[in-house]
Amino acid sequence: MSDYNFAYLDEQTKRMIRRAILKGLAVPGYQVPFASREMPMPYGWGTGGVQVSASVLTPEDTMKVIDQGADDTTNAVSIRKFFEKTAGVATSEETSKADVIQTRHRIPEEDLREDQILVYQVPIPEPLRFLEPRETETRKMHALEEYGLMHVKLYEDISKNGAISTSYAYPVKVEGRYVMDPSPIPKFDNPKLEMAAVQLFGAGREQRIYALPPYTKVVSLDFEDYPFEASKADHACDLCGSETSYLDEVIVDDAGGRMFVCSDTDFCRSRRAAGHVGAQGVPYEEDVA
Amino acid sequence: MIEISGVSKSFVLHNQGSAVIPVMQDAAMTVAPGECVALVGASGAGKSTLMRMIYGNYLANAGQIVVGDVDVAQAEPREILALRREVLGYVSQFLRVVPRVATIDVVAEPLLQVGVDGAAARARAEELLRRLNIPERLWSLSPTTFSGGEQQRVNIARGFAHSFPALLLDEPTASLDATNREVVLSLIEDAKARGAAIVGIFHDEAARERVCDREIDVTGFTPGMAA
Amino acid sequence: MTPLFQVKELTKFYGNRIGCKDVSFDLYPGEVMGIVGESGSGKSTLLNCMAGHLTPDAGEVLFDTRADGMRDTVSMSEPERRMLGRTDWAFVHQHARDGLRMGVSAGGNVGERLMAVGARHYGDIREQAIDWLGRVEINAERVDDRPSAFSGGMQQRLQIARNLVTGPRLVFMDEPTGGLDVSVQARLLDLLRGLVREMGLSAIIVTHDLAVVRLLADRLMVMKDGHVVETGLTDQVLDDPQHGYTQLLVSSVLQV
Repeated sequence: MSDYNFAYLDEQTKRMIRRAILKGLAVPGYQVPFASREMPMPYGWGTGGVQVSASVLTPEDTMKVIDQGADDTTNAVSIRKFFEKTAGVATSEETSKADVIQTRHRIPEEDLREDQILVYQVPIPEPLRFLEPRETETRKMHALEEYGLMHVKLYEDISKNGAISTSYAYPVKVEGRYVMDPSPIPKFDNPKLEMAAVQLFGAGREQRIYALPPYTKVVSLDFEDYPFEASKADHACDLCGSETSYLDEVIVDDAGGRMFVCSDTDFCRSRRAAGHVGAQGVPYEEDVA
Repeated sequence: MIEISGVSKSFVLHNQGSAVIPVMQDAAMTVAPGECVALVGASGAGKSTLMRMIYGNYLANAGQIVVGDVDVAQAEPREILALRREVLGYVSQFLRVVPRVATIDVVAEPLLQVGVDGAAARARAEELLRRLNIPERLWSLSPTTFSGGEQQRVNIARGFAHSFPALLLDEPTASLDATNREVVLSLIEDAKARGAAIVGIFHDEAARERVCDREIDVTGFTPGMAA
Repeated sequence: MTPLFQVKELTKFYGNRIGCKDVSFDLYPGEVMGIVGESGSGKSTLLNCMAGHLTPDAGEVLFDTRADGMRDTVSMSEPERRMLGRTDWAFVHQHARDGLRMGVSAGGNVGERLMAVGARHYGDIREQAIDWLGRVEINAERVDDRPSAFSGGMQQRLQIARNLVTGPRLVFMDEPTGGLDVSVQARLLDLLRGLVREMGLSAIIVTHDLAVVRLLADRLMVMKDGHVVETGLTDQVLDDPQHGYTQLLVSSVLQV
């Protein structure tokens, strides 16, 4: 622990990032540029989220890291270990016990509280990027609230697929002002963006931070005749039987066998611990998990 | 209807040693409603030049060219355009149209310009084309591919589509057969009868005799040629 | 009648070099003005200054706005000017790829301006897009194809549809028929003429093609070295040019 400053980053860097976070909270949905640092992991592995987490962590905090809802994938495990090593903070896989949750591509199923912070890893913060590659132009479009182009993308979806097929990174309008990319969370999670916890978004390679203060109004863009729908696979979890959680489809053998399981592993485990059993599930035992 | 006084014009050829070629000096004439006046004079005396100046196509260096209540020699482009749309028609010797536009639409266009509705404009165009013996199978084709005589008749139909109070006719009977020549002369007589003031250039003497009330010899306005 | 658009002593320098200098004119509703001159004569600079793509060094560009009457668009705020650019003004580029989104379907290209001014009903947007494709003679079946699958002439027509869908009052065109085959040009010219008359559009067309202005423009402005050397009725300027440069320009046209 003594080999590093607390949480890896030096204090000046953390102050710089905190200023960017505060500005982001003051102007919800606005992308604040910040001087992203080199981190001991490659871009695309959550360097933006890690810098934001490092800047908001205190030694008393408990941290949770998830990758697509799971606590046990490589990305989640490495980042959790990184903070255990450099900040010495407690870690947990239980959503309710965490003070800071860093996430890649999901929002936990369990409602978050006002005393929690959710940190997103963001690959591409600019929602207009795919239609307008010029950064000078997209900044101007945000400044002047020229968001017609965002609907062009949705129009293209419908004209090609008969429905809005954008299923993740679904664009939202924040407090009736800025259009924001909620990071590649499934659109199932979009309604949860209006929550009690503070939400911070960090894009390391792109050097942008943006934020949603608690209870910020977040509206998913849509057409009057093609309203937004938060969709999920039409199944129940095969392990815990939940019919409301977001599911992953898992191929289990070479004969086309498959099962649907909660993408939020902590949510699934706690339901099974409470006695819920899905179609292919077995009763919960402490050691198995 | 048309009053011209003190009109002069010279061409300055800037790229040929700034040669100044005077072509018209102190031209004056008047045409009353219902009157047809022929411009006569030797080739090169300036008949077409004078006609083009009345139409605003050539710029007068001095003088007045009043058509209706507009002095063409002084007017703004948009005033001349309004005059051409409403008051002053021109049948030139050459048909100049956008390629690909059907003959019937070419003829109806002047009527659409003054706000006649599409059906009425087409009906009038059909009537004129029929009268001028343009076969119906050609109406939907562009006149750019027509023979010289056919083009000339389309041009005449277009010029007579709207009942202009003033008309300029440059050789309207040239390259026409006897039947069609007769049709054109009767169109001119009809226009006179409804009170149009007409200025024409006719090499066809018999035609001139028949429709024109007066002749004006433009040689009198030609610098160096006036006796 | 009051002018729709007024340019007063518009001047643009590139360093010490003149882009265009002291250009003034009035454009009335429904008028089509052609600006001709050779490459480098300043006609494109002038067009871009008028359309707000370049900031002029001096002069005014006044437009009769719907809300507040005559306003100087040079000194108006950028959001206002850009709003004008997607509502009452339109700009047709020489190269369709500069004016289209090549990765977006034809329908999306036409619909963008509608969505930009707040249209949020997919069915209505699509219906209007298809209607406009028809008006520029593009088959409704092509509505979901990308412009990259279109011929040059079709791309240009699509660009025109995309620009006119919001019913602008003033259209700027930069060599709209440049780079197209002659037969395709004729079709486009015919289409433009029809649209200008039907919609009562005012237009400013920059071109070096005198045949194009003869067919489309009511009035002509001839530019040389950044200055306007002659103005007037189109056929008068072409048939009886007064300035030496215009005489040279007119006499240099190849006859067919």
